[in-house]
Amino acid sequence: MSEPHPSLPDSYMQFAHRGYGMDQRWYEWSMLHRREPVGWPDGARVAVWVNVALEFFPLDQPVQPFKAPGGMVTPYPDLRHYTLRDYGNRVGVFRVFRLLDGLGMKPSVSFNSKVAERYPRLMEEVVSRGWEVVANGVDMGRLHHGGLDADTEAAMIDESLDVLRSMSGRPVTGWLSPARSESGNTLDLLAARGVDYVCDWCNDDMPFPMTTANGVLHAMPLSHELDDQTVQLHYQQSEHSFVDQVSDAMAVVHRESSTDDGRILSLTIHPWMSGQPHRIGALGRALESLASHDGVWMASGADILAAFTTR
Amino acid sequence: MSSSTGTPTGPMREPFSEPSDPCLYEYWPWEGRPKLTWPNGARVAFWVAPNIEFYELHPQPNPTRKAWPRPEPDVLNYSLRDYGNRVGTMRMMEAMDRHGVRGSVSLNVAVCQHHPELIEACLERNWEIFSHGIYNTHYSYGMTEAQERAVIEDSLETVERATGQRLAGYLAPALTHTERTMDLLAEYGILYTCDLFCDDQPQPVNVRSGRLISIPYSLEMNDIIVYNVNQQSPRRYAEMLKANFDQLYADGAENGTVMCIPLHPYAVSRPHRIDAFEEAIEYITGHDDVWVTTGREIAEYYFEHHYDTALAAIVDHQASSRARGAEGGEGA
Repeated sequence: MSEPHPSLPDSYMQFAHRGYGMDQRWYEWSMLHRREPVGWPDGARVAVWVNVALEFFPLDQPVQPFKAPGGMVTPYPDLRHYTLRDYGNRVGVFRVFRLLDGLGMKPSVSFNSKVAERYPRLMEEVVSRGWEVVANGVDMGRLHHGGLDADTEAAMIDESLDVLRSMSGRPVTGWLSPARSESGNTLDLLAARGVDYVCDWCNDDMPFPMTTANGVLHAMPLSHELDDQTVQLHYQQSEHSFVDQVSDAMAVVHRESSTDDGRILSLTIHPWMSGQPHRIGALGRALESLASHDGVWMASGADILAAFTTR
Repeated sequence: MSSSTGTPTGPMREPFSEPSDPCLYEYWPWEGRPKLTWPNGARVAFWVAPNIEFYELHPQPNPTRKAWPRPEPDVLNYSLRDYGNRVGTMRMMEAMDRHGVRGSVSLNVAVCQHHPELIEACLERNWEIFSHGIYNTHYSYGMTEAQERAVIEDSLETVERATGQRLAGYLAPALTHTERTMDLLAEYGILYTCDLFCDDQPQPVNVRSGRLISIPYSLEMNDIIVYNVNQQSPRRYAEMLKANFDQLYADGAENGTVMCIPLHPYAVSRPHRIDAFEEAIEYITGHDDVWVTTGREIAEYYFEHHYDTALAAIVDHQASSRARGAEGGEGA
């Protein structure tokens, strides 16, 4: 019998972390169905958390270690995708904000700090509405990943937090990594800088504590597979299907909730996607389907975390 | 069970004896097969195979296949999969419970150590456990025979210790195989493999010793393939499942069929997907002539009632096919 593949060392058959719980130190193994109930303010059943992602995709977006989804596609200069993404920050975002205003929603808004620096008008719009600002790194070309040394990454985190805190005048305690990519140091660095929660982890419907070298922060369940970008760009599904998926998700989350055991329906919106003229109506229908249930609490990430940790 | 060994006889080939064909089974056309029947006159044996998996954040590297698409730690992809264990499995189980569907679990057996609560939930429901290797990030490519044996022996021991069940089925970890995988499964007394997608009925597998069958598992109806590879929506998946069932139910009146839905609780149990899936299994189990069953039950029934008949028919077909080829001057 020929051996078509390289052979494997003896160590391949050794499993250092094969035991109860997880294979890393950040959080405890825990099944949602076995947890204590979590009540929301005023007996609300579902916390609806909408996050608007304001992103800057640089024209010279690095290829390594990988390209953030939604970034440049064609050979340089990819004016096509650069401008299509910039559409969100110029036009689409105002359609999205008007829609949210009309529905009385209180979203969080995640900013690449470059968006705030380049387009301060957008920060003013968010601050004047009293919406929460979440830090989303520097820009979509500056990824946090295992190949970065801790000092380089710390400088990136400082740049993002310093700009956003200074321009918003707010503490900025929530973090979303560009492309949800972290290094092994990211959580430690964030916890040391006053970040209370991180949105990169897609493994739960509810918040859970994470242990870092610099204290505890929480993972908050910000949607990924239900995002407008995942459904309509990555999976190439229609805006009608997006509406179905959002309303189907809400029906399940609402059914599983009760007045003394609340749940979360979170939804990330990208103005370069949902702010397009042919999609904004569908986004409106999706958001209306969330608001149509009883016992809905419109909340930001920080609101939800505060209720979760003080229960 | 009159054939005592099931060792390939007559025109059957040795596994991997030809470079262009795995030689794991013989060509056997659908038309003209003897009628395969299921208990109580059922037309379709319907089984659901949830994959309960553990993906290591930092697996031992395998030079033939990278575990993660992004640099480690690949937080996005690791956490997407961890959702199945923290949230998805119970949601999926409750949907299946409502329609009387027991799972046949394709288990990364290290879940017995990491998450014994999930095994308890399976046993409370009298679900079958079969092996999907140790970890889904631990690939067979490049393994020596001793290494591959160690994985199978680990599976047998771990599952028996955790569940009391003697392992009946196997789906290679992350669908990674060697040329000897099927031979080893048969040697260890495993009854069925889920790795071959060439038929709508169980099939005898050519192995060097012992006996092994393939049970239709299905890539086409696999939630991950439908959602992530073919990029279909949750409601579209339900339509596909119903259409797949309708045809197998119609064909099953003539000759019994198998329908499998392979699942991943990290995918199907997301809130935007679970109800559409449940609607499909409600539709399927609402039909009269469906045997809602498990992999082990299908394998045992097939060995008892159909294996020898099928083997004889395959040998006959091979002989007559080669004779016709020789007459037509097309033979070797």
